Amino acid sequence: MGVIRHGEFVLRVDPVQCDGFGHCHELAPDLVDIDEWGYPIIRREPTPLADHQSLRSARYAVRGCPRQALHIERVEAPAVPPRRA
Amino acid sequence: MRPGTLPRLLYGTPNRPASYAEHVATFGDLTARADLLDELGRAGLTGRGGAAFPTATKARFIRDQRGHRKFVVVNAMEGEPASHKDALLLATNPHLVLDGAESLARAVGARDVVVAVARDRTTTVEQVTRALTERPDRGIDLELQTPPGRYVAGEESALVHWLDNNESLPQYRAHRPVVLRLEKHPVLLDNCETVAHVGLIARYGADWFASVGAPGQPGSALVSVSGAVEHPTVLEVALGTPLAQILAAAKADPSPRAVLLGGYGGTWLAARDLAVAYDLRSLAERGATPGAGVVVVVGRASCGIRETQRIVAWMANESARQCGPCAFGLPAIAQDLARLRDGGGDARDARRRLEQRCGVIEGRGACRHPDGVVRMVRTALAAFAEDVADHEAGRPCAGARAGATVASVPRLEHERELVWE
Ligand SMILES: Cc1cc2nc3c(=O)[nH]c(=O)nc-3n(C[C@H](O)[C@H](O)[C@H](O)COP(=O)(O)O)c2cc1C
Ligand code: SF4
Ligand code: SF4
Repeated sequence: MGVIRHGEFVLRVDPVQCDGFGHCHELAPDLVDIDEWGYPIIRREPTPLADHQSLRSARYAVRGCPRQALHIERVEAPAVPPRRA
Repeated sequence: MRPGTLPRLLYGTPNRPASYAEHVATFGDLTARADLLDELGRAGLTGRGGAAFPTATKARFIRDQRGHRKFVVVNAMEGEPASHKDALLLATNPHLVLDGAESLARAVGARDVVVAVARDRTTTVEQVTRALTERPDRGIDLELQTPPGRYVAGEESALVHWLDNNESLPQYRAHRPVVLRLEKHPVLLDNCETVAHVGLIARYGADWFASVGAPGQPGSALVSVSGAVEHPTVLEVALGTPLAQILAAAKADPSPRAVLLGGYGGTWLAARDLAVAYDLRSLAERGATPGAGVVVVVGRASCGIRETQRIVAWMANESARQCGPCAFGLPAIAQDLARLRDGGGDARDARRRLEQRCGVIEGRGACRHPDGVVRMVRTALAAFAEDVADHEAGRPCAGARAGATVASVPRLEHERELVWE
């Protein structure tokens, strides 16, 4: 708590493992949408690791996935663009 | 081989495989060259299996992998029903492909080469078998393997997985670039035509390679032209050749409605876009790529929406059905296309749903099979925009219901059971 974590994360789904029952959508509705066949549509834009709420629901989803098809992947936040000289 | 002349890959007698002795008499001896990968880089050779990735970069990546054993896999699966180039190449100059494979093997530190030919291509299987038998041993193990003849069986991870585990199923890869592995050893996998170009560059070098082609677009490419043409044919053309010239050489319908470029996961070009040179850069300006060298011509008598629907229905059937968005999404868009083809009340909704579903499906399979279908469908809606409007207004052209269909699609009702092993 209170520790500021830099960088961002995305959820990734292994579509071969995924069974399409959409459990993850219920556990992390802000990060996972669902298609008309029940398969998860993962939000593509990275979420800041500092967004504790989202990170927590991502972890819920990963732990709750019955097929171990979900993974949290850390992505580096884009570097601060260099200032023009 | 004199510089500046074509054919080179197809030099010789089409469909009469050159014996090893004839091959050496034509092309000369193959001597190992230490700088092969640099030469491929200088030549600017790109993959001919679809993605047009620089061949030298791929080979260096595998060369730099650690391991006491490596493999080279020649992808001659040619799962595109409209593609015949790899089969013709192996039926004409099989030893050129084997030369290229041996050269790549030496360059990346591999001792084993696997040539993969779909097992239902029985003539090609015989031709490769004969070539392997008559070829002198040059210190590289060459082997023929025959996976099932299904579309996704030629996808690289599916092909290697079949070689490793007897299952033609694409594998989920979380990160790219991926090192494909066979018995845990790194694999360099290239398309059959790509490898044959290597067989020539290994002999004659990068400058010779670039003695045909356009500036920045060196070399030649094999193109399978079919559809509204007098006879389906495979041509070897210099990159940069006007597409119109390719169509004329194949005696295509002189005023086509559209052309499908690259393959069944490729791009439709409307008639107004056909004044374009056949090379990576020029086609990219039209949102297209040479892909696997497929050109399907659709004439005025045929309905582009009907053609697209037939292809998508077949591609949906070819899904490995491992991933939901592909297994359910592709049949769904085939159905939308059928509604649009038939025109009338449902057509407008079907078109809207089609666009929405394309957006949902894209990028969500373990392999790029669904992405190819989505690209093909989206470009169909653009290339046939006027026809789409007519269908929505309940006025489908005559070709939508009857008449000639041109894209070669194996008949679904005659499809044997799915075979993955
Ligand atoms: C669904 C699917 C099917 C494919 N089928 C073939 C094929 O039949 N032959 C082929 O050479 N490449 C095929 N590819 C492309 C291969 O995965 C791979 O990119 C290619 O063989 C690499 O060779 P290259 O770098 O020489 O192009 C296919 C790709 C996909 C997504
Ligand atoms: S919980 Fe897991 S298996 Fe279920 S839909 Fe989500 S990713 Fe797929
Ligand atoms: S995307 Fe389709 S073809 Fe590719 S692995 Fe998944 S189900 Fe199979």
